[in-house]
Amino acid sequence: MTTKITHHPHAESLMSCSAGSMPEAFAAVMASHITMCPQCRKDLALMEKIGVAMFEQLEQTSVLQDAPVMHMRAAEADHGAIAVDAAVVQGGVPAPLQPVVGPDLTAIKWKRVGPGVAQHIIALNDDRANLRLVKVAPGQALPEHSHNGSELTLVLQGSYRDETGEYRTGDLADMMGDATHSPVADAVDGCICLIATEGKLKFKSLLARFVQPFAGI
Amino acid sequence: MIPQIENVRTISRLRNTPGSLSMADFLQRIAERGDVEAFRKLFQSYAPRVKSYMMRQGADANTAEELAQETMMAVWRKAGLYSVEKGSATTWIYTIARNLRIDRLRRELTWVALPEGHDQVASTDALPDDLLTEQERKLRVQTALAGLPQDQLEVVSLSYIEGLSHSEIAERLGLPLGTVKSRMRLAYQKIRDLVEDLK
Repeated sequence: MTTKITHHPHAESLMSCSAGSMPEAFAAVMASHITMCPQCRKDLALMEKIGVAMFEQLEQTSVLQDAPVMHMRAAEADHGAIAVDAAVVQGGVPAPLQPVVGPDLTAIKWKRVGPGVAQHIIALNDDRANLRLVKVAPGQALPEHSHNGSELTLVLQGSYRDETGEYRTGDLADMMGDATHSPVADAVDGCICLIATEGKLKFKSLLARFVQPFAGI
Repeated sequence: MIPQIENVRTISRLRNTPGSLSMADFLQRIAERGDVEAFRKLFQSYAPRVKSYMMRQGADANTAEELAQETMMAVWRKAGLYSVEKGSATTWIYTIARNLRIDRLRRELTWVALPEGHDQVASTDALPDDLLTEQERKLRVQTALAGLPQDQLEVVSLSYIEGLSHSEIAERLGLPLGTVKSRMRLAYQKIRDLVEDLK
């Protein structure tokens, strides 16, 4: 990454991620940010220790079957390191996301959902939160809205600005239900974001509320 | 046949006494020469706790048993990928159990896959802690956890052990979502302060 990441997830989000307890859509956004962000990887390492400490303090439950040594041969063991994809962000898509949307942002099939706004929904097994790529045209503003649950937004390309600051590639906005914001995409580059949302968005204006069922956002 | 279960004290003695084999040594023996005895030791130490973990995460006893067996089989197969830089044997086995739990109990992709994906990427950023430092860090984390106010410990435990999301914790405890998040954040600040104090 050449740009410096200035917006990170809150500590409690990283903890939930480390515990493996996030709705899948959130975990996908977090994983994508983490591949781009050394600072969050460092925090995550400490948070894993919390999980390990709690795991060690668990009571023990007798296992009924002994170690299945009869079925094991040394030849079955994996040796050597797993090959890791060196390209963390390739074609604008973070490595963890590539299995579900492919490697290239320009190859995404977008569906228009409103003026200057298109989206691509990523289907997941976990329906507690939904995951989508959203592409906003240069200079386009989204209607002012708030969220019922949590929302995570990761900038993959371009940038946007709202009441809380400017978000560039790699930045993650970790928003809570009662927060209201009205984002505007960068005037030149526009913006492509990966967004996980829990609960429906609530738009402030009547017009936007009218548009919501059609927009599906 | 029910294997003998070593208690926590035995495990830490094994780990700390010079000259005796640590759990990490057992892992290395499995990796180097497919040492079945070493595996049996690891199995007896970890399988019962992995089973508890799976049950607390919502698995019934049979499923938890299967997942514990499967976790330990993964430990056997992947032992060659373990290195001390990846942390203690416990850390490594815990993360395998955690990943398997996401995969099997929730049938989801393991987005933040540990330890393979995450640790290999992370290892370029920071020097790995040696085992001693990791022991100290773990003790600090345990001390910090023990010192947390009950309401903060409760949300941390519901997240890590019961596997609940923030919204599910809020629902379970009848609290606003913001309260759950701020309790977790406060808990982390206390733990981080105590651990960083070490340096």
